[in-house]
Amino acid sequence: MPREISLRDDVAKGAVRTVNLLSRLASRGSGTVIGGRVGLAIAPNLLADLARSRDVVLVSGTNGKTTTTAMIAAGWGVAVATNSTGSNMPEGHVAALVASKSRSVVLEVDESWLGDVARATRPRVIALLNLSRDQLDRANEVRQLAERWRALLADLSEVTVVANANDPLVVHAAELAESVAWCDVPTPWTTDAVSCPRCTKPLHFQDNSWWSDCGFSKPTDLVATFDDHLHVRGTSLAIDLQLPGAFNEANAAMALTALSYLGVDLNEALKRVNAITSVAGRFSLRLWRGHQLRLLLAKNPAGFSSMLLTLKSDGADVWVAINARVADGRDPSWLYDVPFELLRGHRVYCFGDRRLDLATRLDYANVDYVLVSDESSLPASSEVINVLANYTAFQEWRTRTKAC
Amino acid sequence: MLTIALIYPELLGTYGDGGNAVVLAERARRRGFEAEIVNVGVDDDVPDATIYLLGGGEDGPQRLGADLLRVSSFSARVRDGNFVFAVCAGLQLLGTSFCVEGDDEYEGLGLVNAITSRGETRSVGELVVRVDGRALVGFENHGGRTTLGDDVEPLGRVEVGRGNDGTVDGFRTPGLWASYAHGPVLAMNPWFADKVLARALGRELEPLVTIADQLYDERVGALAP
Ligand SMILES: [Zn+2]
Repeated sequence: MPREISLRDDVAKGAVRTVNLLSRLASRGSGTVIGGRVGLAIAPNLLADLARSRDVVLVSGTNGKTTTTAMIAAGWGVAVATNSTGSNMPEGHVAALVASKSRSVVLEVDESWLGDVARATRPRVIALLNLSRDQLDRANEVRQLAERWRALLADLSEVTVVANANDPLVVHAAELAESVAWCDVPTPWTTDAVSCPRCTKPLHFQDNSWWSDCGFSKPTDLVATFDDHLHVRGTSLAIDLQLPGAFNEANAAMALTALSYLGVDLNEALKRVNAITSVAGRFSLRLWRGHQLRLLLAKNPAGFSSMLLTLKSDGADVWVAINARVADGRDPSWLYDVPFELLRGHRVYCFGDRRLDLATRLDYANVDYVLVSDESSLPASSEVINVLANYTAFQEWRTRTKAC
Repeated sequence: MLTIALIYPELLGTYGDGGNAVVLAERARRRGFEAEIVNVGVDDDVPDATIYLLGGGEDGPQRLGADLLRVSSFSARVRDGNFVFAVCAGLQLLGTSFCVEGDDEYEGLGLVNAITSRGETRSVGELVVRVDGRALVGFENHGGRTTLGDDVEPLGRVEVGRGNDGTVDGFRTPGLWASYAHGPVLAMNPWFADKVLARALGRELEPLVTIADQLYDERVGALAP
């Protein structure tokens, strides 16, 4: 490496640390994004230089990125550099790689940044979870995103793509990659892929399989499959997560398959993954004004549906908080793509900037709702209450609550 | 019986557009009408219905939707007097032509004299349209610029956002109403939902008070210029 560039990198790395420290001291943000941004401005190749000679795993997809990344980091069983704060664009990646010199790296990557980040970091493994609608006002139409991934992966060498075989958009994106490990994981949400990514004609879904008349169909050479166990490349694993829901089992399957390509002992990895109780504050028990709350992040139709399916039909009160700020997407139309009808029989308390949009949605779904304008008048309860919140609403509830 | 046919929700339903069907059905039921929602899939023939709803979609699905509708009984049923409410891509494909990726002039159904060309920019954001003296509030996300024939009445005048061309939004013919306000525009505008419902049922409706009235007041307060 020419001396001039490395000097520039050193300056940049120093800048990342300094700015992050100052930012934390001034308690602005989590102190990862700003430093990374400064570093990249000083040395645009910083990410590539920081990733050189390291074992990099990238995780992308609409839902489950943070959890799967955390599972890979925990399952690996060594010190790992990772962007656990959820800053999933290059400035966050730079910050993570400056903060830890570990050879093992796992990074959660925003879907639209996967190309840039993969070309810079030359990953050994890329895990692609799913693709569905998220933040429509950014005009990131999912089919275009799948096309961009496809072009990237056709081009990238020395990488194994661990891909969800039940998501037609992911299969379209990954099928040209040099090496693909298809995973047969539970994927209930396929509404965004009902029309074939190849020919736009309808896709048919039946008996855990799918196909289009043009010949595009679910891959049959599966590397990971589920029955009562997860089977990954000849190893049978009993998944027994502390985290709720079938979607987290799917995340675990993707994580363990990714780890199998890094030479990690899967039985040991499984123990560590099974032991995870909370990811970036999600699923954890929190306290607020005498209420015991379980915070659940649910920020788009697919994620929200998965989360609703984890709720027991016990009629317990559910709190839901909806915002529509820039980070959430300014358009709350997606509320009508969420099957809120599943909440019939529960009473739903509506919070957040857009609680009237939520209340209207629930009213039309004939779900019992309470519009919460005065939080001091909430009824006391000895039960743990599930709180479903979209992105910025979740951050608010994280901040206002205390650990149990 | 009010039959609401949701046309190809798997192709034209990108932005919560199915919500419009739920809103119409509920507002009818709460006034004592029987109502049913029929999802018309791509393999189904278009059934007789009181109202057809067309939603938004990405380029490929929009083109496929137009092709399927062209060879279906849809246009004949519309000419027979079945009523249509369309948003976004649904609006575009009712016209004479529209543009999708790779095709600058794709043939529409030609049920209304309206041509959609590519806009200079994509229009993403809040949309407010003055319709019969009231504000219609919603959200738009499209790259089209729609020009109406001289004989076609727009739905209303644009106050915030772009709509067809920055001046007017949508259109209103005896059998077709359309707006660029996508997704559950009828959820946000209960008065307009009732206008659509009254037109579909061919009768005046009793007032109906719901939480949506509060939502509407809040959105108007937040958006109206
Ligand atoms: Zn096909």
